[in-house]
Parts: sequence; structure tokens; C-alpha cells
Amino acid sequence: MIAYIFKRLLVAIPTLLALIVISFLMMHAAPGGPFTQEKQLPAQVLANLNAKYGLDQPIWVQMGRYVWGVVVHFDFGPSFVYKDRTVNEIIAQGFPVTLSYGMTAFVLAVVVGVTLGVLAAVFQNSWLDYVAVGISIGAQVLPNFVMAPILVLIFTLWLGWLPGGGWEGGDWKHQIMPVIAMATAYMASIARIMRSSMLEVLTLNHIRTARAKGLPTHKVILRHALKPALIPVLSYLGPTFVSMITGSVVIDMFFSTGGIGKFFVDAALNRDYALMMGVTLLVGVLTIIFNLVVDVLYAWIDPKIRF
Amino acid sequence: MAMLEVSNLSVSFATPEGTVNAVNGISFSLEKGQTLGIVGESGSGKSQLAFAIMGLLARNGTARGSAKFNGVELVGAPLSVLNKVRANQIAMVFQDPMTSLNPYMRVSDQMAEVLTQHRGMGKDAAVAEAARMLDAVRIPEARARIRLFPHEFSGGMRQRVMIAMSLLCQPDLLIADEPTTALDVTVQAQIMALLRDLQRDFGMATLLITHDLGVIAGFCQDVIVMYGGKVMESAPVDPFFDSPCHPYSRGLLHSLPRVDQEDAALFSIPGSPPNMTRAPKGCPFQPRCSNALALCSDYLPPLTEFAPNRKRACNVPVEAL
Repeated sequence: MIAYIFKRLLVAIPTLLALIVISFLMMHAAPGGPFTQEKQLPAQVLANLNAKYGLDQPIWVQMGRYVWGVVVHFDFGPSFVYKDRTVNEIIAQGFPVTLSYGMTAFVLAVVVGVTLGVLAAVFQNSWLDYVAVGISIGAQVLPNFVMAPILVLIFTLWLGWLPGGGWEGGDWKHQIMPVIAMATAYMASIARIMRSSMLEVLTLNHIRTARAKGLPTHKVILRHALKPALIPVLSYLGPTFVSMITGSVVIDMFFSTGGIGKFFVDAALNRDYALMMGVTLLVGVLTIIFNLVVDVLYAWIDPKIRF
Repeated sequence: MAMLEVSNLSVSFATPEGTVNAVNGISFSLEKGQTLGIVGESGSGKSQLAFAIMGLLARNGTARGSAKFNGVELVGAPLSVLNKVRANQIAMVFQDPMTSLNPYMRVSDQMAEVLTQHRGMGKDAAVAEAARMLDAVRIPEARARIRLFPHEFSGGMRQRVMIAMSLLCQPDLLIADEPTTALDVTVQAQIMALLRDLQRDFGMATLLITHDLGVIAGFCQDVIVMYGGKVMESAPVDPFFDSPCHPYSRGLLHSLPRVDQEDAALFSIPGSPPNMTRAPKGCPFQPRCSNALALCSDYLPPLTEFAPNRKRACNVPVEAL
């Protein structure tokens, strides 16, 4: 198991290098640059700026310097647009925000989604099933940019219970709406996957054996059906967890949380090369780690999988 | 009163192609300690009959009629009633040992939960008792191997585990649904020998469902022959094998390969079992029957006693067969 994890982490190195190369090339292939503005800068100023940030060098040299800086100094470089802030600082400030509301949203989505899915499957074609399916379809068709204004309308403008935005160091009142807006659609997907997977598992022979043992329904479900039914959900959860803890541009902008999700899109629009690379690498590393976590969890669920 | 009284039991399934009538009004009874074999081709409804008694039909299945166990009605009974009977008084061994055990759970946990559920035993005591039962079904090094997962056992060993699991509460009735069909021939013989010994030692009644007449001959006191969801003939085993009294029973016995008739080509009953979405009006076997009379396609006589303990449902007189 340890050897397997080590091997997977080794394989991650070339993966990340490929990620850097491709992102670098795509970024530079896009027209414009970090200093392109509506009012054209004088040629000499532009040349000086490019020289200062090393943008006058061939792209392979830039790439080499970048990788060297990241690997040797863990330095993701200065932001090209947010002057006098480094990418390290921006990530250190924005990532904890999305990590905080993203993780809460993840737990909420998993707990509610799995519960709804299981109940819908166990009581298939009953009112409970229809309610659960109805809720998850409703939640799925409500995108977060619709959900967020509705929440603000109700809880801030009408009821006046919750602040409409800001972060205040992660005060719980400021977290509630971002969490709900983020969790809803994921919760709906989890519920749908869980329901269909549970329906399938319930027809398996070993479930019939469990019923023949005289076990009450909740024991049949929790002890015998839940584990195998979770496998398809689990493979969905790895990438989902990463996209949740790296936030969403809609939520970060709408609730002014200052999370990393906003910087990702800003960086792309502003051609803030260093910030964009930094956030891309963050998402890449997290994706690799949590895919590995999912694979290890498979082995925990299914005793036939051994590394 | 008999221990198990099945009367006029029917099972039907709602499918997109229409209603499938798998079992059509079956009646029989089983005494304490009696061994009864139910034989029939695939699709004759014999497994569904067993599932109906246990309340284990698939979601789209419905049972009608009556199955009383020690006077308690099981057909349509609430889960609370069924769960006191299942494993505790009636246990079941299934056809496919490869998929009937939970692949995600240690054998110890799967077995122990039967005892914690029905006997209120603690986990450790339950596992110890389960290990003793594995010993009884002749699994070597039972105390160590009970900690393994099902995939670490061979098919025959898994069926032994299933059998041990079914006997934990010392049930009054064991339903064995084709317990050897998925196993290879030498293992089949071992499992049947084991079941015979256990039946003798524990004294439980056994309902053995099989398509293998050889298994019936070696194990059962009585036999019921099913076709198209109906009973064609029922009899004690010895007279049945001496002189089967239904054209279908004759066909079945005749299609067994015989070692003493080397040159003879293997006989098979012409045709194939009926499509159960269209319930046959008369005798379900009539289209394949070489003795069929004109009235057979319209009318199937009820199961009638024609000799002591022997019943048959056939229009053709015994003497004419």
C-alpha cells in the first residue's frame, strides 16, 4: 500500500510537468498579455516591463525559470496585475476561504445527497421517492448564479437574517449562503447517482441473502447495500471535492468572499500569467492527491482490491 | 397439522411483456424432519415457490394463496413476522455461492450477525459459535479462516459457508434452492453428502429444489414434479423411480443418461417449456406430450390420489402410459 502510494506520487511529477507545459503554451497562445491595456503603453515602457518580468525571453527559458522557482524556492512568482503581491500571498489568502466554505459544502452535499438517494431507492415509487427525486431535479436545474441571488433576496433583503456578502474571517453567518449555494447542485448529482446505484445493488444476490437472514431493512441497507452502492458515488467525489474546495467564481464574486475561485477567472481575463499558473498548479496537485485518496478508499470498500 | 402447509399458492410477476404466472396454485405439506424434493426444468417455477414461502420475491412479484408455517401465515405477512421466521425457523441456501455471500464483509461478520440478530448473542460469542458451525460443515482450520473474505474461498467452500450460516439458529426447515447447480461434479457430491449428514444430525425438515433427479434419489423421502408452475406428480421417492406415473415424469427419468445402455442416444423431451406470459389453458405439458389426448389442451384434472400417497394430474390413465 505504502509502495503503491509512493509510486503514484512519482507518476504525478511528469503529470504536473505536462500540466505546466500545456498551460504555459495555451496561455501564451492567447492574444494579448498582462500589460495590454486600452490605452496603448509607449513601446519603451512595454519593453521595460516585459524585461522586468522576463517576458522578453524565449518561452522555454520562461518555463524553465518558472519550474526552477517553484521547485527550488517554492516561489510562484509575482502577480503581473496585482502589483506588489506575490502569487504565494494571493493563494495563501484566498485558498483558506474557499477551503473553508467548500469543505462545509462538500460535507453537506454528501450527507444530504447520500441520504436522499438511499431513501429514494429503498422506497422506490413511493411518495418519499418522488419527493427526493423532485428535490434533486429542482436543485440540479438551479445553477448557483440563480441560487445565490434567490438566497440573498430571501435571507438578506426579506428576512434580514444573514449578511449579503463579505467574509469577516470566516464568521459562520457569512458562510451559510456560500455553502448552500455551492452545495445544492452537487448534492443533487450525488443523490441521483446514489439512487440508481442503490437500486442496482438491491437486486444483487447477497442482498437477498441478507434479507433471508431475517435482518430488519435498515440493517440490510446499512450493512450490506451501502458499501457497494457507494462505489460509483466515490469516483464522482474525488474531482468534485477538488472543484468545491477551490471555490467558484460565481460565489466568490457574488458574496465577495475573497476566495480563490474569483482569482482563477480574473487571472485568465487579465493574462496574469503567474497567478493563473499558480492556481492551475494548485488545482492540478489537489486533483492528483484526491484521485489517489479515492483509489485508496476503493481498497477500503472492496477487499478484492489490494495494491 | 403439518409443519408447513402450502395451499393453492400462486406467484406472478408484472413485467413489461405482461404478467408472468410462474407458479399456478400449488399445494403440498411438509412434516417435521421430512425431506421433500421439488424437481422441474428451469422456469418451472420451483425457485419462485421457495422465494414466495420466504417472502423474498423480487419487487415486481406477487404471491397469492397460503403458506402456513406452524400455523403462522407467511404469504402477505408483515416484515416483522417474516423476520422472526427467516433464518430462525426457516433458513435458505441459494443456488449461486459465488454471489450469495456479501463480498465486502468478512465471513465472521456475516455469520455472526445471524446469531446477534436472533439469539441476542455478543459479537465474540457469536463468532465462536459460527466457527464451530464451520467446523461442522468440514471447513479445515475454521477458526482462522472465518476471518477471511468470501473471495478467498473456493466455490464449494463458499457453499459450505452458506450451509453453515443457514444452520446457525438450528432451523426447523431448510430450503435448499439448487445448492449444487453452480458447482462441479465432485464438489456436488461432497455438498450433497454433507447436507445428508447434517440433515440426519440436526433432524431439520428439508425442501430440496433441484433439476437433478439423481440428487433427489439420494436425498429425499418424497418428490414433487413441477411443470409450468403446476404439480404434475407427487410421490414417495422409491415407487416414483420404480414407476413414474405422469408422461412428464417418465420423460424426465428417461432423459437421464444410463451407464448400462452404452449405445443408446441420449433421449430428450421434444419441444421447450411453455412461455409463462400466456397461461396455458389445459395441461401445460400437452404440447410436448406424446400421450396427449384431445381434451388435454383444454382441461387439466386436479392433482388426485391414485395410489396410497401417490398423486398425479393427468388425463391419460396410468395403465395407458
